Amino acid sequence: MEISLNHYLVLSSILFVIGLCGVVIRRNLLINFMCLELMLNAANLALVAVSHFRNSGDGQIMVFFIITVAAAEVAVGLAMIVALYRRRQDVYTDRLNSLKL
Amino acid sequence: MDPVFFYTFAVLAVISAVLVVWNPLARNTVTNAMFLVVTMLSISGLFVLLQAFFMAAVQVIVYAGAVMVLFLFVIMLLDIQAEKKRRLRLGGLISGISLSVATVLIFRNALFAEGGADETTGSMVFEGSTSALGKQLFTQYLLPFEIISVLLLVAMLGVILLSKKELK
Repeated sequence: MEISLNHYLVLSSILFVIGLCGVVIRRNLLINFMCLELMLNAANLALVAVSHFRNSGDGQIMVFFIITVAAAEVAVGLAMIVALYRRRQDVYTDRLNSLKL
Repeated sequence: MDPVFFYTFAVLAVISAVLVVWNPLARNTVTNAMFLVVTMLSISGLFVLLQAFFMAAVQVIVYAGAVMVLFLFVIMLLDIQAEKKRRLRLGGLISGISLSVATVLIFRNALFAEGGADETTGSMVFEGSTSALGKQLFTQYLLPFEIISVLLLVAMLGVILLSKKELK
């Protein structure tokens, strides 16, 4: 059986939904962040698959940019988590419920 | 041969993605991060199957290398002990699962709509060679490429500012 574009898109949506579920049900900020990365990866997989089956390089260029933005986002986000932990000694979103530090 | 590799990588990616979200055997954030590495590597294997060799290499170097090392460093630096006592909340579980079901329905309607997603078979495949990709990146996409370098600089400055001892 030939692997078609739909196979890749279904796999990518499964990974995306798992990541989304993780962001909602888990309370640990670090795990929420890892699930965000999982969702970005699912989108990357869909883009590369479409790029392959559509015979164009544009999707791969977009994935290149997404990976760069994700790296920047991880660096800033983890620095924020560390700064928050230094103030509050906590990484659980259900206890971080005040706007004032 | 192709379907065997596809299903192997797909099953590996999905199982380890589930273990990233919730691991019943080990209550340790480092384990979750390690399973995320397995997911990233499987996705990079799928990139190889899609003949996106450069993207596969970047995926391994940037995600499995740099990003996950950063994650592990922060996890070990903070060393959260409360994770072992944590249980999943019922309210969060219900909202998460209902949101997932809603998203699955949206995806299903998008992917299996009548007359949607016309099938293009892989007979005429894009040669994902690095030189073709680089040529496109430095001609057609030169401006976004430059903007993204500024973005990286801004992120670096932001991280330095955030990690100072006292924010004024």
